Amino acid sequence: MAAKKPNVSKEDLLDHYREMLMIRRFEEKAGQLYGMGLIGGFCHLYIGQEAVVVGLEANTKEGDQRITSYRDHGHMLACGMDPKGVMAELTGRKDGYSGGKGGSMHMFSKEKNFYGGNGIVAAQVPIGAGLAFANKYRGNDNVSFAYFGDGASNQGQVYETFNMASLWDLPVVFVIENNHYAMGTSQERSSSTPAIHTRGEAFGIPGEEVDGMDVLAVKAAGAKATAHCRAGKGPYILEMNTYRYRGHSMSDPAKYRTREEVQKVKEERDPIDHVREMLLAGGHADEDALKAIDKAIKAVVSEAAQFATDSPEPDASELWTDVYV
Amino acid sequence: MAIQILMPALSPTMEEGTLAKWLVKEGDTVSSGDILAEIETDKATMEFEAVDEGVIGQLVVPEGTEGVKVNAVIAVLLEDGEDASAAETVAAPVAEEAPTPVAAVAAAPVAVVIPAEDDLPEGTTFKSMTVREALREAMSEEMRANDNVFLMGEEVAEYQGAYKISQGMLDEFGARRVIDTPITEHGFTGLAVGAAFAGLNPIVEFMTFNFALQAMDHIVNSAAKTLYMSGGQMNCPIVFRGANGAAARVAAQHSHDFSAWYAQVPGLKVLSPYSAADAKGLLKSAIRDQNPVVFLENEIMYGRSFDVPEIEDYTVPIGKAKIWREGTDVTIVSFSIGMQYALEAADKLAEEGISAEVIDLRTLRPMDTETIINSVKKTNRCVTVEEGFPVASIGNHISAVLMEQAFDYLDAPVINCTGKDVPMPYAANLEKLALITTDEVVAAVKSVTYR
Repeated sequence: MAAKKPNVSKEDLLDHYREMLMIRRFEEKAGQLYGMGLIGGFCHLYIGQEAVVVGLEANTKEGDQRITSYRDHGHMLACGMDPKGVMAELTGRKDGYSGGKGGSMHMFSKEKNFYGGNGIVAAQVPIGAGLAFANKYRGNDNVSFAYFGDGASNQGQVYETFNMASLWDLPVVFVIENNHYAMGTSQERSSSTPAIHTRGEAFGIPGEEVDGMDVLAVKAAGAKATAHCRAGKGPYILEMNTYRYRGHSMSDPAKYRTREEVQKVKEERDPIDHVREMLLAGGHADEDALKAIDKAIKAVVSEAAQFATDSPEPDASELWTDVYV
Repeated sequence: MAIQILMPALSPTMEEGTLAKWLVKEGDTVSSGDILAEIETDKATMEFEAVDEGVIGQLVVPEGTEGVKVNAVIAVLLEDGEDASAAETVAAPVAEEAPTPVAAVAAAPVAVVIPAEDDLPEGTTFKSMTVREALREAMSEEMRANDNVFLMGEEVAEYQGAYKISQGMLDEFGARRVIDTPITEHGFTGLAVGAAFAGLNPIVEFMTFNFALQAMDHIVNSAAKTLYMSGGQMNCPIVFRGANGAAARVAAQHSHDFSAWYAQVPGLKVLSPYSAADAKGLLKSAIRDQNPVVFLENEIMYGRSFDVPEIEDYTVPIGKAKIWREGTDVTIVSFSIGMQYALEAADKLAEEGISAEVIDLRTLRPMDTETIINSVKKTNRCVTVEEGFPVASIGNHISAVLMEQAFDYLDAPVINCTGKDVPMPYAANLEKLALITTDEVVAAVKSVTYR
C-alpha cells in the first residue's frame, strides 16, 4: 500500500508537521466553539485526515484549483486561506470568507482557487472536472483536485464525470478520501466492491490506493498523479485510505463503530504522531522545538477564535446582496 | 389502382418541408425500402423510403419545392400492369403563405394599436427570420466576440443540433468550442458550472428541459446559490438553454413546462421569449450576463418567422416586458408560445369590441411587474396565459402581485389560463384538451369584463 518513502528535507517535514497540526488545532477549537454555541448548524471536522490534503497540496502550483465536500476546513487552511476568515465564517460573522452567508460547508476563495465547500454529496466531482476543462480550454498545464469521500463515490454523477474526464483527457486528480464511513454507514455496508480506486478502470483512468495517514506517501502519490495530468494524459484517481476520528458532524451518535476501533487508529496510525516521530528520530527537532511549534499554532488558532468571536454579525442589509452580480 | 405518395411528417412538429431532391425519376421501378427522395424538415434533411412497390408514374412536386405541406401528394406510384394513363394527373400543391404571427389590422370596432418598438434607431430595417435562426445568430455573434463563450450539449456539433439550432456552428468554431457531450445531463451540467466558476462562459444546450431534471441539482444548488454562499466572490456566468414545454404528440415525459419551477429560484435569471427578435436579443444579453440564466425556448416556435431588427449587435434588456398591443379593457399577460393564444384572443376580442392590452413578459425572473401593474391600473382587469400547470404557476404569482400592489385598481378577479392539471396525454384530442386554447383566453376575458 505505502510506497517506498522518498527522501524528504527537514524543512519539508517540519512544514508538513506544522500544516497538519494547524488543521488539527483549528478543528479542535471549532469543536469547542460549537459546544459553546458560537458555531451553529452543520460542522464536519477533518481531524484524523490531515495528511491527505497536506500531502497533496505539496504538489500544487500557482493556478491549480481545488474543490471538496462539506468537510472542508482542512482544505482551506492547507491552500493558504486565512484561519481568521475561516473561523469567522464558522461563527457566521461579517469577516468570514462568505461574509457569514455560507457557513462551514460553503466557503470559497477565488484568490486561492478554492471552489468550496459543497453541501451536496458528489456535486464537487463534475464541478472539479469543469475547472480542469477550463484549464484545458485555455491551454495551460494547471491541474484541478476534486476531493470526495467513499460515500460520494456511490453517486452516479461521479461516473458520468469519470467518463467525460477520460474522454476529454481533463487534467483532474480525483482524490477519494476513504475514511470508511459515509455518515454512519460503513463502506462494507454501502459499497459492493471495496477497492474504489479501481472504479476508474472501466473508463481507462489509472488509480491507486495510498496510505492516507502517511503524508509522505500521499505526497509521492500526488506527485505522480499531477505529473500525469500536467503532461496531458488525462485524469488520475487516488484513493486515500484514511480515518475520521470525530463524528460525521457534531451530532453523531457514534453507534456505528466501536470506541476501540477509533482508539486503535489514533494510537497506531495517527498522521501527525507519525511525522513527529520521524522528526525526533531523525534528529530534525527535539521536544522543545516541537512544543514551540505547538504553542505558536495554538496562538494563531486562539487569535482566529477571538477574531471570529469579536467580528460583528453581517449587517441586516446583507440579506439582499450577492443574489445577483 | 395508382398509389399516391404523400409528403411524410418526419418529426413531431413538422407541418411542412422542402422536397430537396428526388432520387428516382418517372418510369423507375421501385421496391419497398428504396430511397425515393431527400426531404428537409425543420430539424434535418432526411431520406424518404418507398413503402410500396411499383413504377413511378408521376413526380407531382418538383425537387427544390419549399413549404410542401404534410400529406400533400408528391408522387404517384403505378402498380403492376398499370401505365401512366391509368392515373389522373395530380396538380402540384401550391405552398401557402405562412401566416404572420400578428394580424396587422383587425377589421373591428376596436382599433388595434401596436406600440412602436422602443429603443430602435429611426430608419431601422427588419429581416424576416425564424426563431431558430435568431438563436443561432445570437450564439454565433457572441462566440465570435468572445473566445470564452462555448456551446456544449447533446448533438450540438456533428449532428448539427437535435433541432438544428447549432447548424453550421461546428464548421465555424471547431470542436474546441462546439462540444458534443455524452448523454449525461447531471454530469455535463456540473462540469459546465465548474468551467463557469473558472471564468469561462458556457452555453449548455439541453435537448429539452425535460432532461434537465437530471441536472436540476447543479442548476439550482451549484449555479444559482454559489454567488450568495460565497459572499459575492464566485459568480457563475452560464446559460442553460433548450426547448421547454409541450411540442406535439410527445406525451407526458417530453412536454413539461418548467417556467414556474425555475422562476422560483433566487440567483437564477429566467427568460422565455416569444418572437425571433427577442430570442436573439435576449440570448445575446443572457450570454453576456454574469449570472446563471435559464433560457426557455419552445420547439413549436423554432420554425416561426418574425421581423428582426437589422442592427449590429442587437440586444434586448433582461427584466423588461414588452407591450405587443395596447388596449383599454383588459390586460392579457403571457410569454413564450402563450403569446400566440394571447394575441389571437386579442384579435377575436377586438372583433367583439373588447380592447385587450397584450404584454409579453419575456423575462420571468426578475419579472417586470411594473409594466403589468401600470397596465392594470388602466384596464382594471387581468388574464394570464401560460401552458404550464395551474398550481403555483407564473399566473398565480402575477395574481398575488396584483392583489398586493394593485388591489384597488382591480374590477374583477384575475384569471389564470393555464395548461390542465394532468400529465400531458398522447392522444391528439386529449393533448388539445390539455393545452390552453385561444377560446379559453377569450372566455376568460369575457368573464373578467362581464361580457
